[in-house]
Amino acid sequence: MTTTPTTSAAPLPSAVQERQRRAKLRRNMFYLALLAVGLVAPFVAYPVFLMKILCFALFACAFNLLLGYAGLLSFGHAAFLATGGYVTGYLLASYPGLTPELGILAGTFMATLLGALFGVLSIRRQGIYFAMVTLALAQLMFFVFVQSSFTGGEDGLHGVPRGHLFGMIDLSSNLAMYYFVFAVFVFGFAVIQRAVHSPFGQVLKAIRENEPRAVSLGYNVDAYKLLAFVLSAALAGLAGSTKTVVFQLASLTDAHWHMSGEVILMTLLGGVGTLLGPLMGAGLVVSLQHLLAQSPLGNWVSVILGIIFVVCVLSFRSGIIGELSKMYRKNFK
Amino acid sequence: MTMIFGVPMAVFMGQLTLGLVNGAFYALLSLGLAVIFGLLKIVNFAHGAQYMLGAFAALLGFRYLGINYWLALILVPLVVGGFGMLMERFLLRRIAHLDHLYGLLLTFGLALIFEGTLINFFGVSGARYATPEILQGGLNLGFMFLPTYRAWVLVAALAMCLFTWFMIERTRLGAYLRAGTENSQLMQAFGVNVPLLITLTYGFGVGLAAFAGVLAAPLYPVSPTMGSSLLIVVFAVVVIGGMGSILGAIITGLGMGIIEGLTKVYYPEASNTVIFLVMILVLMLRPAGLFGKEA
Repeated sequence: MTTTPTTSAAPLPSAVQERQRRAKLRRNMFYLALLAVGLVAPFVAYPVFLMKILCFALFACAFNLLLGYAGLLSFGHAAFLATGGYVTGYLLASYPGLTPELGILAGTFMATLLGALFGVLSIRRQGIYFAMVTLALAQLMFFVFVQSSFTGGEDGLHGVPRGHLFGMIDLSSNLAMYYFVFAVFVFGFAVIQRAVHSPFGQVLKAIRENEPRAVSLGYNVDAYKLLAFVLSAALAGLAGSTKTVVFQLASLTDAHWHMSGEVILMTLLGGVGTLLGPLMGAGLVVSLQHLLAQSPLGNWVSVILGIIFVVCVLSFRSGIIGELSKMYRKNFK
Repeated sequence: MTMIFGVPMAVFMGQLTLGLVNGAFYALLSLGLAVIFGLLKIVNFAHGAQYMLGAFAALLGFRYLGINYWLALILVPLVVGGFGMLMERFLLRRIAHLDHLYGLLLTFGLALIFEGTLINFFGVSGARYATPEILQGGLNLGFMFLPTYRAWVLVAALAMCLFTWFMIERTRLGAYLRAGTENSQLMQAFGVNVPLLITLTYGFGVGLAAFAGVLAAPLYPVSPTMGSSLLIVVFAVVVIGGMGSILGAIITGLGMGIIEGLTKVYYPEASNTVIFLVMILVLMLRPAGLFGKEA
């Protein structure tokens, strides 16, 4: 932390230090409470549903790293989710001896590679062009998945075995599977939390706020953007790989541009640039889809998501967590 | 029979025409995007949905009101364009002062709403819209068979592009629009009603999309999803050409259509993806786009 340009080397006044220490303590207590909730949750709610939320939450957190902290709106994150999912699904289905964690690693690795490729191409353009380039590249991947034989084309991959974690723990039990997914999510979240609060994260924020300024301060802006892009793609791939193991299938739904839109909505609804926002947004969107699917409004899901999108953009831009923390700051400080 | 690189001449020319017709749609749609982007600085993600609305308006107008093709060609762009003006006035204007990415997100949400609503009423399979009688059949040019309707689409789309070029480059309103693109605050200081100009511009861009939709109705199945997949290709075309110039949009649109058509002849597997591959190539060699001004 001491290497950030914003914190000077001079010792801070002790009152400020004390306040920071207490804020950190509060934050840690909060995370511990969340961890406890996560550990107890499968005994209260249906584990498969919770796993779905966790997978999408990780996906949204990865997306948020890019939009919320580097200010880059990617409209093609579905490509990474799908790549992770397809590679893991294909490997686990074709090589029965392969353990799930290796399959997930391989899927994540391929998504990371794809992220590096997309990143190099897309950071050549800024702003809305960046969004259009990522969307077009993801559509290219969509057609690749449709035409390739290893993805099963329109049918997708079915019956991917969950297998035994490390060759020992049987994941066919939903409870074991849940704790594995929970561990993956906590790992991903910790990586993002660490990245955001590191000097790297500070530079990303500087680029988001004023790119020419960051350049003039001597930062290699493209390298920072690329690293953020690759990290985000890797975690999105991890989410996709894990999702494939949980649901034992990989399909074109994950590669479609609707999916790229959904992850934007989750992040926007929860709060762009907040750590917990994507978790909250993913929880809400997945629950909403779940509820609507069983109601007479089942066919109207995409219309309702569209309406939420419009309402969010018009009057709710900080998202739920963002608005809450604004309120908190106004009333308690 | 004459062969061109191992392909019969008739097949070659047929795919070339198909490519040119597709290219005409790319040109019309990317032109609309460029006009809107110039003044509003937003990417209109609802452009594909508005194209689709144009096709549906023609279909439903014929089915329930008996409006024929020629009338639809004039009325539908006006109606859908007017609808677009309402969207601008009551939704887009409220976020005009924010980061332009919000405009992209808002129009994306609107596109989801339009598409989803129509899917609920009409399904995704698509309906047929009859080709007007005069334009049925085709011309035998000796070396190929040219369907009249495709020829008409090509002519009409190019005429519309030229009309747009004329409006923007040669009329007073167009001069305002160009000036507003450069510096809208200064325009306002000179007493030009910039908010009205913005509304009109958005309406015009949407009208172009609707016009393309009516042209497309007899050619492709009219379905709620016909716009979204096309729009993503148009985005790639826009990235390739850059949104700087009108002529650039037309040339890039037609060029990409031809490349796509030729790919269908020689390597059909890649015909869906070739435009995206060209985009990657352009990004590597000339990141600002072929006709782009900004870096």
